[in-house]
Amino acid sequence: MLQIKNLHASVEDKSILKGINLEVKAGEVHAIMGPNGSGKSTLASVIAGKEEYEVTDGTILLEGEDIDELAAEERAHKGVFLSFQYPVEIPGVSVTNFIKTAINETRKSKGLEEMPAKEMLQLIREKAELLEIDRKFLSRSLNEGFSGGEKKRNEIFQMAMLEPKLAILDETDSGLDIDALRIVANGVNKLKSKDNAVIVITHYQRLLDHIVPDFVHVLYNGRIVKSGGKELAHELEEKGYDWIKEEVNA
Amino acid sequence: MSLKEKLVSSFLAFENHVDLDSKIHDIRSEAIKTFEAEGFPSKKDEAWKYTSLNSVLKHDYSLFPKQENALNYSDVKKYFLDDIDTFKIVFVDGKYASNLSETTHDGIDVCLMSSALNKPKYQLIVNNYFNKVAEKNGITSLNTAFSKEGAYIHIPKNKVVSKPIQIVHFSTGKEAALMLQPRNLIVVDENSHVQIIERHQSLTDNAVLTNSVTEIVANKRAIVDYYKLQNDKANASLIDSTYVQQKRESHVSVHTFSFGGKLTRNNLNFYQNGEHMDSTLNGITIIGDKQHVDHNTLVHHIEPNCESHQDYKGIFNDSSTGVFNGKVLVNKEAQKTNAFQSNNNILLNDKATINSKPQLEIFADDVKCSHGCTIGQLDESALFYMKSRGIPEKEAKGLLMYAFSNNVLKSVKIPELKQRVTKLIANKLGVNIGFDL
Repeated sequence: MLQIKNLHASVEDKSILKGINLEVKAGEVHAIMGPNGSGKSTLASVIAGKEEYEVTDGTILLEGEDIDELAAEERAHKGVFLSFQYPVEIPGVSVTNFIKTAINETRKSKGLEEMPAKEMLQLIREKAELLEIDRKFLSRSLNEGFSGGEKKRNEIFQMAMLEPKLAILDETDSGLDIDALRIVANGVNKLKSKDNAVIVITHYQRLLDHIVPDFVHVLYNGRIVKSGGKELAHELEEKGYDWIKEEVNA
Repeated sequence: MSLKEKLVSSFLAFENHVDLDSKIHDIRSEAIKTFEAEGFPSKKDEAWKYTSLNSVLKHDYSLFPKQENALNYSDVKKYFLDDIDTFKIVFVDGKYASNLSETTHDGIDVCLMSSALNKPKYQLIVNNYFNKVAEKNGITSLNTAFSKEGAYIHIPKNKVVSKPIQIVHFSTGKEAALMLQPRNLIVVDENSHVQIIERHQSLTDNAVLTNSVTEIVANKRAIVDYYKLQNDKANASLIDSTYVQQKRESHVSVHTFSFGGKLTRNNLNFYQNGEHMDSTLNGITIIGDKQHVDHNTLVHHIEPNCESHQDYKGIFNDSSTGVFNGKVLVNKEAQKTNAFQSNNNILLNDKATINSKPQLEIFADDVKCSHGCTIGQLDESALFYMKSRGIPEKEAKGLLMYAFSNNVLKSVKIPELKQRVTKLIANKLGVNIGFDL
């Protein structure tokens, strides 16, 4: 699904990613953990195609195809989805109109007709139910005045609508109370299949109790310094990151 | 000969055609003197600091085209709001076009200024209201001096006009350069309600300069919704001066949609004479190339317990320039005034300019007045967010700009007009968006 080889990236000449290697296969869930400032969100943004980040070395392959040169929307059309840590407020555009536009633009890129209105409504209703989203919520301006939990639920709702091949959840657990966390995790789990993959970026173990990873990677100072199974997340929860830093620096 | 000299010297010939004994004759004679003394405004005038008329005054305009230039409805249909039934007062090169119009005298008067100025039955209204609200400055006086034709609308009390009224001025381009000076008078009496759409449309790339003056009187509890659709050709310029006199408990809104033309200056003055009334001044400006749009507004709060709302959005591309000069004046007696003003702008190009100048002069001590002005670019993080969901850059930008101007469209009360303006915006932004906001 995703192969990242020796990825180096910088923003405004400041080097942030310093040689990432990562392989994610279809059907897998990978967790990326690490202390603040280690480069987790940068990695997510670089995979999604944020232009401020310059890839200085290495490659990103999606299903064997080099996506380095593709614009963010083209990556989205190929099935990359990034759930934002801080979803952007867009006053004046409703949740429904936004997702309709996103879906129809994606279909257009594949040479498909727009989705018939009835089918779209049906799909919206189905996915809103999955995320326990009220119908009134869908006519509100996108993310405007949403609580932290509503914003994250809305992100996963959009993911459910777009059915990406590769979903990257950037700190989706931050700002969520326990109920919202359960709803979001439940949504992600229902969308998981042998044909797609999920990368969960988080500080904490608690989301990983609900979305159980096959692999856990520790990102520190722009590199993956340790990889393991789900028990690594528990170890990090218990011991913090200092022992990893010491290991690396030793 | 300068345009000013040409205008002044042609005044006598003009007056020979009209009734010398009428009261209007005195008003016109007075007005031409004012224009002769003041002339056209220049950048030395504070209110015209950012708008120079030099480039539009240099043409040798024809003032009184002799030819009658008829148009077929099918050729100009697209400039009308034609999906709903409306009254229409239509002019071609300054002359009334009866074949394109639908006027009425059935309980209300929707007709011509030329009739109103000449026929005795309109004399009372004309004497009471004509040239009463309009300022006596040079440019408006010029219009007054030559005032002869335009729309005359009188809605007597307790009438809700069943359909909107469209006032459309076409210029055919039969003259190499044409100057038009339409004059409208709209009087809406107690409890009555009317919706009006005004448009100036040139049909060729020949130069046109329109110096338009509209006086609106909203009497007690009247509701007037006025929409100005400005999407003219590249060589058409418009100086529009609209003066609104409001009486107690009336509601007047003026929406100005400026999407085209070479130079557009909108003078919009509201005078609140009475309590418990509401004035709304909204505008969307979307221009590019070297276009210039200037909104110069005044709301004069004279008595207590009134509101005014101003919301102007501007999107400027290429080397276009915008001006917003919004003045709110609150008299000492006008306690409990709520006056809001906001002017938000997006510059899409480094060469685009906006000059925004809010002015609040408040002499009362118990009021709520606010003003806000923003100038910015499109939000990069919002663009990335949209792109990451598969919306291409161009559509994402379009969607953001739509959203930006959405608030202003919300208050448009004619759904078909709202749809039309939405489409115009989409065309202007070069995007196709699959839904109406």
